[in-house]
Amino acid sequence: MRETKSLSAPRRLQWMTATVRNVIDETPRVRSLVLDIPGWPGHRAGQHVDVRLTSEDGYQAQRSYSIASPPEAPKLMLTVERLADGEVSSYLAGDLRAGDTFELRGPVGGYFVWTAALGGPLFLVGGGSGIVPLMAMLRHRAAAASEAPATLLYSSRTQADIIYHAELEQLAGKGDGFRLVHTLTRDRPPGWGGLARRVDRAMLEETGFAPAETPRIFVCGPTPFVETAATQLRDIGHAAHLIKTERFGPSGR
Amino acid sequence: MSQSPISRGFRGRGRSGDTVTRVPPGQRLVTDFPVLSAGPTPPVDLANWRFAIDDGDSPVGDWTWGQFNALPQTDLTVDIHCVTTWSKLDTSWRGVTIDALLEAAGLSEPPGPFALIHCDGGYTTNVPSEDLVDGKAMIATQFDGETLDPEHGGPARLLVPHLYFWKSAKWVQRIQFLDSEVPGFWEENGYHIYGDPWREQRYDGD
Repeated sequence: MRETKSLSAPRRLQWMTATVRNVIDETPRVRSLVLDIPGWPGHRAGQHVDVRLTSEDGYQAQRSYSIASPPEAPKLMLTVERLADGEVSSYLAGDLRAGDTFELRGPVGGYFVWTAALGGPLFLVGGGSGIVPLMAMLRHRAAAASEAPATLLYSSRTQADIIYHAELEQLAGKGDGFRLVHTLTRDRPPGWGGLARRVDRAMLEETGFAPAETPRIFVCGPTPFVETAATQLRDIGHAAHLIKTERFGPSGR
Repeated sequence: MSQSPISRGFRGRGRSGDTVTRVPPGQRLVTDFPVLSAGPTPPVDLANWRFAIDDGDSPVGDWTWGQFNALPQTDLTVDIHCVTTWSKLDTSWRGVTIDALLEAAGLSEPPGPFALIHCDGGYTTNVPSEDLVDGKAMIATQFDGETLDPEHGGPARLLVPHLYFWKSAKWVQRIQFLDSEVPGFWEENGYHIYGDPWREQRYDGD
């Protein structure tokens, strides 16, 4: 499992001040934050940051968020889903506006990472806002002009919940070896050309690469989604060490 | 921390009661039990399950599932703290303490100052041996009175509750005692070599 050696960082990850330059409403519940961070050391696609908010009375709360921008982008982008009782997400994807500042540190995580140098095939499986670190990989793939065969299987509740919808379509239209497969779990709008059911074994077999092609697989989403997809991928015959997972949110129990 | 900029309009939930005394800095309480794993959950196969203790490269003890469950069982109720900032209070576990395992292997103390924990799927984590003994750690097979769920590490996981919870490795198979410290999986991927939540040792260099 130790294929990713850490670029050992001897010094402490310092808290840095991020200034919000732009907020982009991606869906009714999801917002991207474009940030200026003086001294940002750079990152690899798939890594995350810790965000720390401080209230006027000194109370602090911190959470992890995936980086949505590729290493090549001049500004860091985070994409945050507003959770029903989200202490931090309801602020970041709510009250926060351009010009506001908060602290973050990173990048964190050397495992759920893809670089163009690793090559393909690349099979990305995302559920809901689990798309975020996968989008960093796809943006990096495009920025690096990689033609590594790549497929994204992206499960959303409804069409309106699809994050980065237009940009994904544009990437898929370039003809550079990237294939996009949407599936919707709650409704199928008139004229919908994608799939319309939960991710299942048949879908993973039909849309993904064969185990013999040894794709690098990244699965990110809510825990039940990841648990199911990762188990099915292993059952199909993909080697466990090639299936990298990132889970978030409650366990569902 | 006093120099942290105020986040305009952020109020948060604040800290009170148990949160002040029992929740380490930067953590928050949850009532569910989130899951974090680097890969797929391995299938449970009790017929072929083994747990082993090694002194370097030499085996000093190993147990089948039946043998392991015949060892003295201990109940432990503890608070746990995940590096992703959730904490959960009063979690109850049952399993075999590392003390009892060492005794069953005929050892009066760990055969080396450092331990590398090996798990199904190739995951490893490192813990100093002194953090595993004197009732501080166990190999847990039950959570909350029930068989440990595979996604939470079943059939058996290490439980070292005074360190960040990634050290409480899931699907544990072997403890290898060593003369020198060898970083485990997350420790090689930017996380702290020791991981004390009360000193907020999340990442390398904290």
